[in-house]
Amino acid sequence: MAGKPPKPAPPAGNATTKTGAEIVAETLVDLGVDTMFGYTGGVVLPLFDRLFDAPIRFVVPRHEQGGCHMADGYARATGKVGVVVATSGPGACNLVTGLATAMMDSVPVVAFTGQVRTELIGNDAFQEADTTGITRPVTKYNGIVKDVKDLERTVREAFHIASTGRPGPVLIDLPVDVEVSKHQTGGNVEIDLPGYRVREKGHARQIASAAAAINKAERPVLYVGGGIIIANAAEELRAVAEKAHLPVTMTLLGLGSIDQSRPESLDMLGMHGSAYANYAVQESDLLIAVGARFDDRVTGNLATFAPNAKIIHVDIDPASISKNVHVDIPVVGDAKHILSELVKEVEYRERKEWFAQIAEWKKKFPFTYDGNTDRIKPQYVIEELCRQTKGDAVITTGVGQHQMWTAQFYKFSRPRQLITSGGLGTMGYGLPSAIGAQLGQPDATVIDIDGDHSFNMTLMELPTAVENNLPVKVCLLNNGYMGMVRQWQELFYGRRYACSYLQNPHYAAVAEAMGAVGITVEKKEDVPKAIERMLAETKPCVVDFRVEAEENVWPMVPSGKSLDEMAGLDILERLI
Amino acid sequence: MKHIINALVENKPGVLAHVAGMFAARGFNIDSLVVGRTEDPKLSRMTIVVVGDDKVLEQVRKQLAKIIPVVKVQDYVGKPVVARDLMLISVAAPPEKRPEIFPLIEMFRGRVVDIGNKSIMVEVSGPETKIEAFIETCKPYGIKSVARTGTIAMPRQGAGGRE
Repeated sequence: MAGKPPKPAPPAGNATTKTGAEIVAETLVDLGVDTMFGYTGGVVLPLFDRLFDAPIRFVVPRHEQGGCHMADGYARATGKVGVVVATSGPGACNLVTGLATAMMDSVPVVAFTGQVRTELIGNDAFQEADTTGITRPVTKYNGIVKDVKDLERTVREAFHIASTGRPGPVLIDLPVDVEVSKHQTGGNVEIDLPGYRVREKGHARQIASAAAAINKAERPVLYVGGGIIIANAAEELRAVAEKAHLPVTMTLLGLGSIDQSRPESLDMLGMHGSAYANYAVQESDLLIAVGARFDDRVTGNLATFAPNAKIIHVDIDPASISKNVHVDIPVVGDAKHILSELVKEVEYRERKEWFAQIAEWKKKFPFTYDGNTDRIKPQYVIEELCRQTKGDAVITTGVGQHQMWTAQFYKFSRPRQLITSGGLGTMGYGLPSAIGAQLGQPDATVIDIDGDHSFNMTLMELPTAVENNLPVKVCLLNNGYMGMVRQWQELFYGRRYACSYLQNPHYAAVAEAMGAVGITVEKKEDVPKAIERMLAETKPCVVDFRVEAEENVWPMVPSGKSLDEMAGLDILERLI
Repeated sequence: MKHIINALVENKPGVLAHVAGMFAARGFNIDSLVVGRTEDPKLSRMTIVVVGDDKVLEQVRKQLAKIIPVVKVQDYVGKPVVARDLMLISVAAPPEKRPEIFPLIEMFRGRVVDIGNKSIMVEVSGPETKIEAFIETCKPYGIKSVARTGTIAMPRQGAGGRE
């Protein structure tokens, strides 16, 4: 064409010159990212401008914390890496709660944050924060990219680190000048992580000793956590439990590892776990922990935890082993691999007395509540929800009493069905994680079972759900209190309800104002049809159940007590 | 018990902060921490002296190894190593006291590296016990200031030799 200067000769090979922002966008697409979350701002403008054209579904939250929880919920619902972007300074700071949540629960999240121009770093520039410094303790790894030639490699390393081994969040800080500076790309980009090695295969001799201990055990218990779900090892777990004939108890994050309707299931253990699981653990002669980390909410008093049990611990993170309890047979590696090896070596054993004892505990102390009232019991709402969804919905929660009742009364049958903040206990996690989960599992019924005050923390994400046509449901167990705090105040602080009761808005009106459907339920007899209507809604829907205000979660292992020193068993016994 | 932990780390910004932050967050106590270059420009060596029982040290090693830019972790406890501290110490030493002090410095194989009107600066290196002993020796004369590097260490190849 006349008048135009000739194009410069293309560089050797398939190299082309790209900006940092283009490199990020193209690498993300190449890594298979099709959904992202993020909030724009000054120093991420170049990146957003490139992402605008990328074949990626981009969801904008109303607050960066919500965006991070959405990426986390998406990751937990799919097993893929959740990706979130935020601007520098306040944007990055707002990610912290979300990153810490993902860190504690081993969720693969990659976060990109914008940063001020390289030459301004350290000058207290506008919207500058030491993002890598602030987020170092709440990420598996983080780093700042100061040279565009390191960018593609760093993005690939971030995905590798986030999604392998014990997964976790990784943050990349991106100065705005790096986003716009140009680099000749092309050729293979090799990951260079000399300090990162993941041990997948378990040691054969350790597996053999584990199998020998299992084959000998009279009163064994399998205690499994989120590691089973992360490793996609539910099938292998079922095979081991069935072949060796082992009862299985799950942590909060482990729920869904084994179908709770199976006879081997002892449901959840721990502070608000089942009496039969807690008794079984305390009485066991062999505890086989897989992908669980002996959290204090699980073990109760460590000194008296499973006092007669030999302990096998299967975990991909060597630092988890013998951190809280002494482990007799450690097996480091991937749960899926180790269980599939273990199943070959275990033998069936009847253990008649042990299973008879467990059956007796199950009969004597099931999860129950006093339904003989006109008021709406929160447990009843969850039972009814479980019945109407046939136990098949994907459930997210906030944190507190409603979360524990969900764990007790919704019966989970498959992995990735319960999405909840276990380790960090992040109130406000429910709605944004439900949005992420709905994007990850578009055909699933996704329900956030939430408490009023957990919901209060992030309810501004409701318009995000409306805008993106995501039919998430919020099933609000509204008792006016921060319920779990109130329960502790009732039991340990002489019913002095300091700062745990707040005035709530009219949630149905709030929902309607935000473009969602709002329903208020004040009468017990209206519960079933409200749930029916909620499930039929194609728009986001909030159902405000005005539940019994001072209901407690039972049983309860008070802080510092042994697992078998449960409070509330007398109450449960009276109800049967 | 005192352990000398040796960590080979990637020579990247933020690694020291990561290691120090991990120690602080998990409540492990650091006696000393020394970072320096190695023969490989991509790697630095951290020598960390930690006091704790076996259970604590097992966690220290595992948590260190878990940090992504940490390439290798070794605990030298129970192994034959050469461990050295370097100290600069300024001691009150008016001219009339010097004939008394200089033989002591000699005994510790120290070197006088600066002489002022009222004080002298001495350089001493060696195992921590020797450094501590020299400080004790100087105390009666009056110590003005002390700067110490902290311990660096390397395992012995040969079987014999002193600590």
